[in-house]
Amino acid sequence: MAGSGAILARKRRTLILLLAPLTLMLSVFFLIPLSIMVIYSFLEPGLYGGVEWNWYPYNYGRILGWPLNDFETFEVIYLKIFLNSAQIAVMTVIVTFLLSYPAAFWVSRMTGARKNMALFLITLPFFANMLVRIYAWLLLLRPTGFFNTILQSTGLIAEPLNLLFTNFSVIIGMVYILTPFMFLPIYASVEKLDYSLVRASQDLGANPIQTFRRVILPLTAPGIIGGSVIVFIPALGNFIVPAFLGGSKVQMTGNLIERSFLQSRDWPFGAALALLIMAFVVILVMFQISRQNRAAERGIA
Amino acid sequence: MSFLKITSAHKAYRTPEGAMVHALNDVSLDIRNNEFLTLLGPSGCGKTTLLKCISGFEDIDSGEISLEGKDLKGVPAHRRPFNTVFQNYALFPHLNIADNVGYGLDVAKVAKKKRNIRVEEALELVGLSGFGSREPNQLSGGQQQRVALARSLILRPRVLLLDEPLSALDRKMRENMQIELKLLQDSVGITFVFVTHDQEEALAMSDRIAVISDGKVQQVASPTEVYDEPANEFVANFVGTSNIFTGRIFEKQGNIVTIETANQRKVQAESDRFGIGDHVQLILRPEHLKFTPGGNGIPDNCIEGVVETCIFVGSDLHLHVDVGKGRKAVVHHRHDRGNADEKIEAGSQVTLYYSPRAAHLIKAMAN
Repeated sequence: MAGSGAILARKRRTLILLLAPLTLMLSVFFLIPLSIMVIYSFLEPGLYGGVEWNWYPYNYGRILGWPLNDFETFEVIYLKIFLNSAQIAVMTVIVTFLLSYPAAFWVSRMTGARKNMALFLITLPFFANMLVRIYAWLLLLRPTGFFNTILQSTGLIAEPLNLLFTNFSVIIGMVYILTPFMFLPIYASVEKLDYSLVRASQDLGANPIQTFRRVILPLTAPGIIGGSVIVFIPALGNFIVPAFLGGSKVQMTGNLIERSFLQSRDWPFGAALALLIMAFVVILVMFQISRQNRAAERGIA
Repeated sequence: MSFLKITSAHKAYRTPEGAMVHALNDVSLDIRNNEFLTLLGPSGCGKTTLLKCISGFEDIDSGEISLEGKDLKGVPAHRRPFNTVFQNYALFPHLNIADNVGYGLDVAKVAKKKRNIRVEEALELVGLSGFGSREPNQLSGGQQQRVALARSLILRPRVLLLDEPLSALDRKMRENMQIELKLLQDSVGITFVFVTHDQEEALAMSDRIAVISDGKVQQVASPTEVYDEPANEFVANFVGTSNIFTGRIFEKQGNIVTIETANQRKVQAESDRFGIGDHVQLILRPEHLKFTPGGNGIPDNCIEGVVETCIFVGSDLHLHVDVGKGRKAVVHHRHDRGNADEKIEAGSQVTLYYSPRAAHLIKAMAN
C-alpha cells in the first residue's frame, strides 16, 4: 500500500508540474485582468477615461434597467443590439453548420493524400491576414463591386442591390471567418463514426432518413455541439466584421464595447457590457457541459 | 419451391492496384428453409461477399438471388426480410440494451407496449433478462454477442445472416456459444446462414456446409459428408487434415482397388466408382492411420516410415512420419494412458496401416 501511495504522490507532483505554466499564465494574463474588469464595472467613469473610486452599480442599470440614479438612464437600445448580435451569431452557427456537415462526410471518405489536401485547404484562410480577407468582402459586396456588376451585366437586376452594411453582409463575413472552427470538430466526430453501425441500422429495417436521425446524427452530435459553441462565442463578441461589413447600420455588442473603451472613454460601462456577454456565454456553456456530463454518466454508470 | 436460391452469381472487384478480383465466380446455392447452413472458407474466398449480396449491402454483377421464387434484385437492405449479426456486433453505443434490441421495432413504428413485451421476450431468449437498462460498453463480448442476436431475432427474419460472429470471443466462450446458437436455431426455426473460416465451428454447428474457395462453391454437403467424402483436394485439406496419395488404379478385386503411386508405393482403397486405369487421389484422415512400432505383424497395404516429430496435444498424439522421398504422413493417435507402445519419439521406425474402407477416392486433377 505504501508503494502505491508513493506512486500516487509522484503522479500528483508530475501533474502539478505539467499544469504549472498554464495555470501561471492564465492567472497573470486572464484572472487578474478579469478581476480588474469586474471591479471597474462597479466604479464611476472618470471624466477623461479611467475611473473614480466610487461605488457605482449604475453602469449595469443603463443596460438592464436596474439600478439607476439621477444621471444614468435605461436605454433599451443596448438590449436590442445584444439581441441582434445573438441573432447574427445564431445565424452564423446555422450557416456554418449547413456548410460543414456535408463537407465533413465528403472529406472523411477521401483517401490519403486527397484527404490531407482537403484539410489543408480548409485551414488555408488562416494563413492570410483577417483584415485583408474581410476587406476583400467589402470590395465584393459594395454597390459597384463584383457581385452587383455581374448581376447587372447579366440583366438580372436593374440597379445595384444593397448587399453591404446589412445583417446579411455581416453574417457572410462571420461565416467566412468561422467555418473552419465548425468544420474541424464536426470532422473529428464524423471521422470516428463507425460505418458498421449505419449498416446495422439499415439491416434492421431503417430507411436512410431514419438511419440519419437515429444513428448518424446522435453519434456526431458531440462534434456539432462543440463546433456550435466555438463558433457562437467569437461570433457574438466579434467587432471587426461588423465594423467593416456592417458599417454604422449593423451594431453588435463587440462594436459597442470597442466604442465605450476607445471613443467615449467610458471604461466602467464597457467593462459592464463585456462582463454581461461573458456571463451569458458562461451560462450557456455550463448548461451544455452539465448536459454532456449527464450523457456521459449514462455511458459509464 | 426453393427457399433462398442463388443462381450463378458473379461479383468482381477492382483492387486499388487495378487488378480484378472475382469474389464470386458462378456461385449457385440452394438454401433450404429452417436449415443451419455454414459458408466455410479461408479469408478472401468470397464468403463474406456472398453474405453481403444476400443481405443487400452489395449487388451481384450477374446472376440471381431469389427468395421463394421472387427475385431480390433492386430490393435495398432495409426492405429485405433478412437480418445480420455483425462480426463486431455493431451495437449502437448511444442506446441502452433495450433500445438496441427494440431498434428494429422502433423504426417499424410498433406500438410502445407491444414493443416492450417483445424486447423482454427477445432478451429472455438469449438469457439476458433484466439487462435492458444497461449500456453496451458495460457488457462482456459474449453478452454483446447475445444482444446482437436478440436485436436481429426480434424482427423474426426469414433468414438470419451471421458474419463470423464468434471470432472475437475466446475459445471457451466460443464453444459455449456454438452450442447455444445451434439450440437457438432449433427453437426459433429460422434459417441461419453462418459465415466462418473455422472448420471445427462449421462441423459442430451446421446442418449443411458450403465450402467456398476462390469465389467458387467447392462442395455443399452435411458435415459428415464434407469430412468423410471431400469432393476435391481443397476440401480435403481445408476441412481437417488429410494424407493424400495420387496414383493410378492397376488392380481391382471386388470393390477393393489397388493404386500405384508415382513413387511405386501400392495403397488400397474401397471404391465402386473407379476402375482400372483411372487416375485418382486417395484421401486418408490422420486418425485412420494406425501404427505399430518396428515392423512386426504387418497387415497388407502398409507404409513404412520414420517419425519426424511427435506432438502431444492432450487427447491425441500427433505424429509426422517421413515415409520416404520427401513425403510426409500425419497420424493422429488416440492417447492411451499407460500404453508402452506409445513410447514413440522422433527417429523411431514405425509401420503405418489403415483399413481400405477408411480411404476416400477422388478423381485426380488433370495436370
